[in-house]
Amino acid sequence: MAALTLRRKLAVLSDAAKYDASCASSGTEKRNSKASGGIGSTEGNGICHSYAPDGRCISLLKLLLTNFCIYECSYCINRSSSNVQRARFSVEEVVGLTLDFYKRNYIEGLFLSSGIIRSPDYTMEEMVRVARSLREDHHFAGYIHLKVIPNAAPELLAEAGRWADRLSTNIELPTDLGLEALAPEKKPSEIRTAMARIRGKLAEAAPEPKTKAEKPKYAPAGQSTQMIVGADAANDEAILTRAAGLYSGYKLKRVYYSAFSPIPDSSAKLPLKAPPLLREHRLYQADWLIRFYGFDVPEIVAGGEGGLLDLAIDPKLAWALKHRERFPVNVNRADRELLLRVPGLGTKSIERIITTRRHHSLRLEDVARIVGSIDAVRPFIEAVDWTPGGMTDDAKLKAKLTPQPEQLSLFA
Amino acid sequence: MISVRLEERNDFAEWRGKARQLLLAGVRPEQVIWRGPGEENGLFEAGDSMLPSGEGAVGSVPPAFIELGQLAICNNDPERFALLYRFLWRLLEDRGLMTAASDPDLLRLTGMASAVRRDSHKMKAFVRFKAVIDDSGLERFAAWFEPEHFILERTAPFFERRFAGMIWAIITPYRSAFWDGQELLFGPGGQKSDVPEDDAVEGDWKTYFASIFNPARLKIGAMKGEMPMKYWRNLPEAELIAPLIRGAREAEREMIERVSSQPPARHLRRPSEVPAVQDGEREVASLAEARAAVQECRRCPLFEFATQAVFGEGPEAADVMFVGEQPGDQEDLAGQPFVGPAGKVLDAAIEKVGIDREQVYVTNAVKHFKFEPRGKRRIHQKPNGGEVEACRFWLNLERAFVKPKVIVALGATAASSLLGKAATISRLRGAPITMDDGTMLFVTNHPSYLLRIPERERQEEKRAKFEADLVLVRDAIERVRTAQNSVASHT
Repeated sequence: MAALTLRRKLAVLSDAAKYDASCASSGTEKRNSKASGGIGSTEGNGICHSYAPDGRCISLLKLLLTNFCIYECSYCINRSSSNVQRARFSVEEVVGLTLDFYKRNYIEGLFLSSGIIRSPDYTMEEMVRVARSLREDHHFAGYIHLKVIPNAAPELLAEAGRWADRLSTNIELPTDLGLEALAPEKKPSEIRTAMARIRGKLAEAAPEPKTKAEKPKYAPAGQSTQMIVGADAANDEAILTRAAGLYSGYKLKRVYYSAFSPIPDSSAKLPLKAPPLLREHRLYQADWLIRFYGFDVPEIVAGGEGGLLDLAIDPKLAWALKHRERFPVNVNRADRELLLRVPGLGTKSIERIITTRRHHSLRLEDVARIVGSIDAVRPFIEAVDWTPGGMTDDAKLKAKLTPQPEQLSLFA
Repeated sequence: MISVRLEERNDFAEWRGKARQLLLAGVRPEQVIWRGPGEENGLFEAGDSMLPSGEGAVGSVPPAFIELGQLAICNNDPERFALLYRFLWRLLEDRGLMTAASDPDLLRLTGMASAVRRDSHKMKAFVRFKAVIDDSGLERFAAWFEPEHFILERTAPFFERRFAGMIWAIITPYRSAFWDGQELLFGPGGQKSDVPEDDAVEGDWKTYFASIFNPARLKIGAMKGEMPMKYWRNLPEAELIAPLIRGAREAEREMIERVSSQPPARHLRRPSEVPAVQDGEREVASLAEARAAVQECRRCPLFEFATQAVFGEGPEAADVMFVGEQPGDQEDLAGQPFVGPAGKVLDAAIEKVGIDREQVYVTNAVKHFKFEPRGKRRIHQKPNGGEVEACRFWLNLERAFVKPKVIVALGATAASSLLGKAATISRLRGAPITMDDGTMLFVTNHPSYLLRIPERERQEEKRAKFEADLVLVRDAIERVRTAQNSVASHT
């Protein structure tokens, strides 16, 4: 086989990585390169350096070390039986590309994943070598995210967390049976055991509140996972229940939902159609409500029908329309928990409402200035000069609040 | 009318000095015209030369105003100086104004501040350095950036922290920043041609940009919202956007239509990595095999959410086996029984009554953790009859391989699993029950029961009772051992 140029490898191994949804670079410790004289910094909030026409941010150089893989996961472009072009980076090549891109301010850091070659341990060791070299040989202080090979040795997980800001182990599919059907080599319990080990390491590295003793760092941006949506028959309830179990069990920072996207040379087991992007969006909204708004999974799922979220409206509005007896909520008196349930009010707007009302009673106009768009909020609140009257119970309310389908321009 | 002239576009300290002078002179906001650098005075405006020096008390403002002012003054809105002064004037009369989120002046100022913050954030994102090797072989980096507001001074320190080991310059139309590895310096503005046109790595970057885009997920609005077109002219990758969008529909159609083809020879040669699917029903010939097989268990639905099955631990020839209810949160994560708080209670009691912990086999009636997720915690749920029944298969295997002489059921779930019927601790504790195979069964509380008693006195009382039960267990073990030894010495 003729040797591939570095640029050709880059094309192959970034194309192979484009199905992974996560690209975040936030939530890690603050550090910079002033003392070391190297390059790199993180300031807590990640930066998106570019956006692809798919609307997704490009924050990290997202690559596979190799797309050769001994596994046969039907949903994956890199599965053993696929006829996709194969390539493999050397450790030095990935390190060089990361530094070159970082120095030009194209990226926040590296997100490295890999197909499995030889053995899980061998593959994980190679990924760890990339991170170690960046940190130790080049004093690189930028962000590093490593994808964990689930059944790699615990020592490798331990070392990965020393160099990486974030580790992630993909759960892949919402149910164990779904995973077994589509990814026969992957063991659900091995995936969860890897998450449990990372969680244990994270807990060990957490600072002791009393002694404040410095402990060895471990993946300061925590761990995350990704679940593919729409490749199997699992409904939104199964997906959100799985997510809730993962959040509570392994202290995950994020669960990423990835609408299953058709892949070239696809397995006949899978749906060959456009990815369910709207469903993915609704799941992110539901996930958000669970983590920051005090909703639980059954409540959110009850906003839709048959275990599926309503695609036409957001899940909070869907819930509110089915619980109209709980509205209107008085913006001048209601406590935070009640305000969090009002469609159209976000946590920031609610903070501003609460600070403002200490000095000034809020009129509808004041709320409108705070929230930006009052239409969704109006039927569900009371203010000094406003009560929604029969509006809250209007049978046509859902139709009125359902956004008109937008004509997306392909060639804008 | 008084005309106030500022030398800088975005220097809050300078504006603050002028504002102090105006306040000392009692000049109302509507009597002031603010002029930025380069702006001409009107014909009938008085200059600011007769204003007082600026010494003296003018009242104080909340720190939040200073913060807001420092941001808002970087906005390119020509009215920012006047608006800040009007708001300051009002703020000195009404201290609550700073928190009145619906006040139109405050909203406008916070809007200006947000625009500055956003522009500064976008600068951190969209500056693109180009590298040149100078005559001495040193790599230097330069970038041309056109911010919408006057943000270079407040954003340059970010680049200093990030690119400390590089020598770089950022040129904008109104000012430039330089970092020589030691010091951050500012100079006059420049133009695009001051920065090299080419960079050796830019082609790789464009390759990456084009390859990471998934044509099946086109969302142009989302892209433009986050990467406004005003920044595109200085982003090398932006020239790819239109062709990528044009080709997306065709690329997606191709992805969908390219169905699976004959797998490559490499795939056909690979050894089958897939072990035959096991349902936990296969024959197991040893404790070790049972331990491996339980990980495949599908006898009840609990496997789906637990991390792993938690099998028993201890010497294979233990005289005594302790059986709990099910693994808890920590046991589920560690894959070992009795490592959490209840395990510590058990260990302490065992040691106290003089049972050798090293000689004890510990396990649970149910091998998977049953819980309900609540926020960031998993709340323990009691396993139901069906789950206990399903898991008895594994407990029976453990009993068959370990062959303990004495079994201790910790709690009602363990007791009912071992007895095959509903069990009440208070009625069963205090004396051994002889099981069908002759094993002695003792029943007592689960140690986590002791942890749940809030009153200290009652907890002590129950702990004493728990330990008394274990004393009976200890004596029984000793009797068994003595009997065994005498049998051994007679043969």
